[in-house]
Amino acid sequence: MNSRYLPLVITAFVLALLLGAGGFFFTNFISFRVIINLFGDNAFVGVTAVGMTFVIISGGIDLSVASVIAFTTIFIAQTVNNGMHPLVSMALVLILGLLFGAIQGWFISYFNLPPFLVTLAGMFFARGVGFIINDISVAIKHPFYSETIRGLAIPVAQVGRAVVRIPFTAQCLIFFILGGTLLAAYSRFGRNVYAIGSNETSARLMGVPVDQIKIWVYALSGFCATAAGCVVTFYMQSGNSSSFVGLEMDAIAAAVIGGTLLTGGVGWVAGTLMGVLILGSIQSLITFQGSLNNWWAKIFIGTLLFLFISVQQLLNRRLKGR
Amino acid sequence: MRIAGIIVFWLVALAFLYWTRRSRNVVFWPLLALACLLVFNLFFTPQFFRLELREGSFFGLPVAQLYGVPIDVLNHASKVGILAVGMTLVIAVGGIDLSVGAVMAIAGAMMATLSVQLELSPAVCILAALGAGIIAGMWNGFLVAVMGIPPMVATLILMVAGRGVAQLITDGQIIIFNNPILTSIGNAFLLVPVPFLLMLVLLIVTWLATRVTAVGFLIEAVGDNEVATHRAGVSSQSIKFLVYVFCGFCAAIAGLVQTSNIRSADANNIGLRLELDAIMSVVIGGTAMTGGRFYLASSVVGALLIQALTTTMYAKDVSPVVAPVPKALVILAVCLLQSERVRRFLASRRDAA
Amino acid sequence: MENDTFLELKGITKAFPGVLALDKVSFSAKRGEVHALCGENGAGKSTLIKVLTGVYPGDGGKIGLDGQTIVPTSPRNAETKGISTVYQEVNLIPHLTVAENICLGREDRLAGVIRWRRVWKRAAAAIKRLDLKFDINLDAQLSDCSIAIQQMVAIARALDIDAKLLILDEPTSSLDDAEAEELFRIMRTLREQGMGIVFVTHFLDQVYRVSDHITVLRNGELVGEFTAVELPRLELVSKMVGKNVEEVKKLEKRVTFTSVSGRKTVVSARRLGRKGAINPIDFTLNEGEVVGLAGLLGSGRSETANLLFGVDPADSGELEIDGRRIRPDSPARAMRYGFGMLTEDRKFSGIVPNLSVRENIILAMQAKLGPWRKIPSRRANEIADQFIKALDIKTPSREQQIKNLSGGNQQKVIIARWLAVHPRLLILDEPTRGIDVGAKAEIEGLIQKLREEGMSLLLISSELEEVVRNSSRVIVLRDRTKITELSGDNLTERSILEVIASQAKDDATKETLKCE
Repeated sequence: MNSRYLPLVITAFVLALLLGAGGFFFTNFISFRVIINLFGDNAFVGVTAVGMTFVIISGGIDLSVASVIAFTTIFIAQTVNNGMHPLVSMALVLILGLLFGAIQGWFISYFNLPPFLVTLAGMFFARGVGFIINDISVAIKHPFYSETIRGLAIPVAQVGRAVVRIPFTAQCLIFFILGGTLLAAYSRFGRNVYAIGSNETSARLMGVPVDQIKIWVYALSGFCATAAGCVVTFYMQSGNSSSFVGLEMDAIAAAVIGGTLLTGGVGWVAGTLMGVLILGSIQSLITFQGSLNNWWAKIFIGTLLFLFISVQQLLNRRLKGR
Repeated sequence: MRIAGIIVFWLVALAFLYWTRRSRNVVFWPLLALACLLVFNLFFTPQFFRLELREGSFFGLPVAQLYGVPIDVLNHASKVGILAVGMTLVIAVGGIDLSVGAVMAIAGAMMATLSVQLELSPAVCILAALGAGIIAGMWNGFLVAVMGIPPMVATLILMVAGRGVAQLITDGQIIIFNNPILTSIGNAFLLVPVPFLLMLVLLIVTWLATRVTAVGFLIEAVGDNEVATHRAGVSSQSIKFLVYVFCGFCAAIAGLVQTSNIRSADANNIGLRLELDAIMSVVIGGTAMTGGRFYLASSVVGALLIQALTTTMYAKDVSPVVAPVPKALVILAVCLLQSERVRRFLASRRDAA
Repeated sequence: MENDTFLELKGITKAFPGVLALDKVSFSAKRGEVHALCGENGAGKSTLIKVLTGVYPGDGGKIGLDGQTIVPTSPRNAETKGISTVYQEVNLIPHLTVAENICLGREDRLAGVIRWRRVWKRAAAAIKRLDLKFDINLDAQLSDCSIAIQQMVAIARALDIDAKLLILDEPTSSLDDAEAEELFRIMRTLREQGMGIVFVTHFLDQVYRVSDHITVLRNGELVGEFTAVELPRLELVSKMVGKNVEEVKKLEKRVTFTSVSGRKTVVSARRLGRKGAINPIDFTLNEGEVVGLAGLLGSGRSETANLLFGVDPADSGELEIDGRRIRPDSPARAMRYGFGMLTEDRKFSGIVPNLSVRENIILAMQAKLGPWRKIPSRRANEIADQFIKALDIKTPSREQQIKNLSGGNQQKVIIARWLAVHPRLLILDEPTRGIDVGAKAEIEGLIQKLREEGMSLLLISSELEEVVRNSSRVIVLRDRTKITELSGDNLTERSILEVIASQAKDDATKETLKCE
């Protein structure tokens, strides 16, 4: 067994443990419905985390994603309510998200600025622009939302009289995870991202167009965050420019728990999915349990982070010790 | 009389500004930005400078209190200013501390819970809260200095878990307290608000502590070239450790101020996102994210600048929700000014002229 | 056509602020030959390679490849023209697999999707061309491989792009003998396949082991191009360190020393060693004496210094100061024993660039006092002024940032830093590197002055002349091992050269030695 997959194995183990514990203590926990809901409810975190995974693998960080999601929801809500077709609105906002990310990436690579500060500025900027569009929660009223999206849910099983369906949000998540995996493992872009994060100087000497790749990485993250914003509108059916403050940290945590190295060069989209599911199942466990308090989730997540970071640190030390 | 006062104020301000420029003090730039903002307000928001002297009390003693927008700015900027003092030192050694917001919540929770549930004396509550901050700082320091984990990763752990710990302490409740001593930390006035005085005292004490001892010098040396400093016989590990502990301590003070100010410990919201404001203040103050020379007073001016900007927009009836946009522009501008590429460009323009 | 010159560099010049790194250097390489590029540190080897591969733009001169003038703009660009480089520090991606590293950026794709099976096949084919005696696991993460394997992977990468010219920049400095031998075999194999190889190295044995031609650089200038079989080792060494053989023979010691016997021993080492850095070594250092450490780069000079100063602590042997057993495991600890060390790389581990001259001078002193007791500023100013005056440091003021000073003055500041703590033993690792002649003479004068005052000094320099001039005893190292210790009349440049050039064990180049 190759030791570099160790973090991934631990993640899978922790996820299995959590689900197992859930199944042991609560009947119905490991039901089709609960698992599907786990995917559906955490879809937007997952989609964001896919982009974040690429950014972190490249050795950067993107703090702007939560604001971009909020901006997206309010943009869609406002434009749709003003008569634009949702699909047009989504296409428009996806392009905006891509551009926004690319501009951040340009500042980072062209001026060689710290990603932390540039995306911090991006975070404030996107949040502010969202507020300018509308600073209250706006419900989206359009048949596309009330009918079409619901109709896209795929029925998969019959439990008693109820039909279990995979909601469109979960489908989106699966689509992005598959797409992200493909991009990370089967495209030159993906391999170049790994190369930059692992050793930027070497990558440059080996002919990787470092600056271009960085711009694309942040553009991808902007795109994913916008897509996550679209996913949010599917099940919230509303837009709110003040929502999801702090979500970027969930996305980062999911990536780290999923085995992505915060210093860059290592990471798996599949791991990130597991990270998202771990975060989600901790939430569900607490909901199921009822009396267990929310703060244990935070402490537990912090402990998990510590565990994963320590394992990575030890692995790294061992490599350096050679 | 009033006009004379205003003229004297502006003359003093100008003279001070001139002096900072002459002595090539880094504080000149954030101060200049602050001054520009004030001049703008002078012309476009006259009510901005309206100050009132009122009777107030400080533990039963009659004291004068100033009221007015500038005082609000001082009051609101204090929390971030206090955080920025600790953050400056952390950034000066080339680090970063994302956990200060969560540590604020822990300290606030500690103070309120001890006071309300165990009915301990205020002094004990305050000491316990500060102790909690120091322990949190030691944890961060251990991860960064001893285990060698990159600072952003290391402090992320406490950022996530810390708020949970705070809620654990308060048992998920919002703990309301009304001990006069505890509530006065964040609300009392001694002509100016006590939080502002606390910030000033912390700033001066820290400045003295770093400059009267050699700690400041060694912090700058470690931040500028850790290898060379280590080879010169400095224990860079202990310097780093110390700095994180101090940052935790500052975060605890900021936590006490905010908790006291709202007279309740709300573990979910105390210090929320303030780590970002603190980092921003430090960067605006001119301390580079890569470490090295640090400027404590300048960081505090950075915190004042951010608050003044926000307050100005309130005063101009700009919807408060737009406030993040100028913040974004300020960070970007400061970053660009520090970027090698822009500097070279400006230098070449200057040479050409 | 086989042996035609296909790479031709003419009059290459490159200046960095304050230094002329290359002064009209010419160089040529042919297909199917190994061409060694030799020179000590600062000779301009790496700069020449970096100009050739487009890392730096050259300031003057022409590069011709296959009869056409080219201007490489980036390593990528040079690769497309058939020039591939394997750097000393192996510039590959540590977290990717061997196969991925070989094919990075050139993966086979179908509609944008990488066809890993083909990539693997290509990587395997490239490795096969190396004709190795063992297998390389294509699926292994690069950072899990030894440096030797990593280098072979880098060469395989060069093969995969069908490079016509392979540049190996100090490839053997971190390899053991067997690994180096394997590398040479690969080089010979590739030479037979018609590839041109430029081999940059400072290991003499290795130069003769594989090279057909030798080009020697010194101080950014071309010394000459020679055919390997016609150039005796001794002559090569003297060309690298810059004395012609006649002069070496004539040279006599200029400084005479009083007898060292009876002087008090300060430090003594017994079987002191560290795996992978320096084989167990014995030596003593006395009061009022300068001991030189001579040997070519990579012979263990700096490693010995780092051992003493606790940068890379020893893992075997004993060290005593004044008869007391000590274990310096960090610079701070070593300093408490009364050691001081001027490090080799001034920029990386010497100066604290943005701090002032004054702060750089008092740094070690302050470290000794600890963070709490600050040296009063008046005292700090006095100390700084005193050293600025005593060492004639040219700076507009003591508050000037040290990065704005010239190399020689920076070096004096670092020496002042150590003098301020009055060390018993001062280790000087390349104290005169990259500084001008005037400052060099001053620093040498200072070394003698400190000796007279009773300090014990350990001097490391790649300039033999300097070592001989300043030391009363010289420890000669080769291949991380102490070969001998020379003193008195035996201590001449020639004798050191002979020791360095002598063969350790094997005989591959006996013929060339006969020329002596």
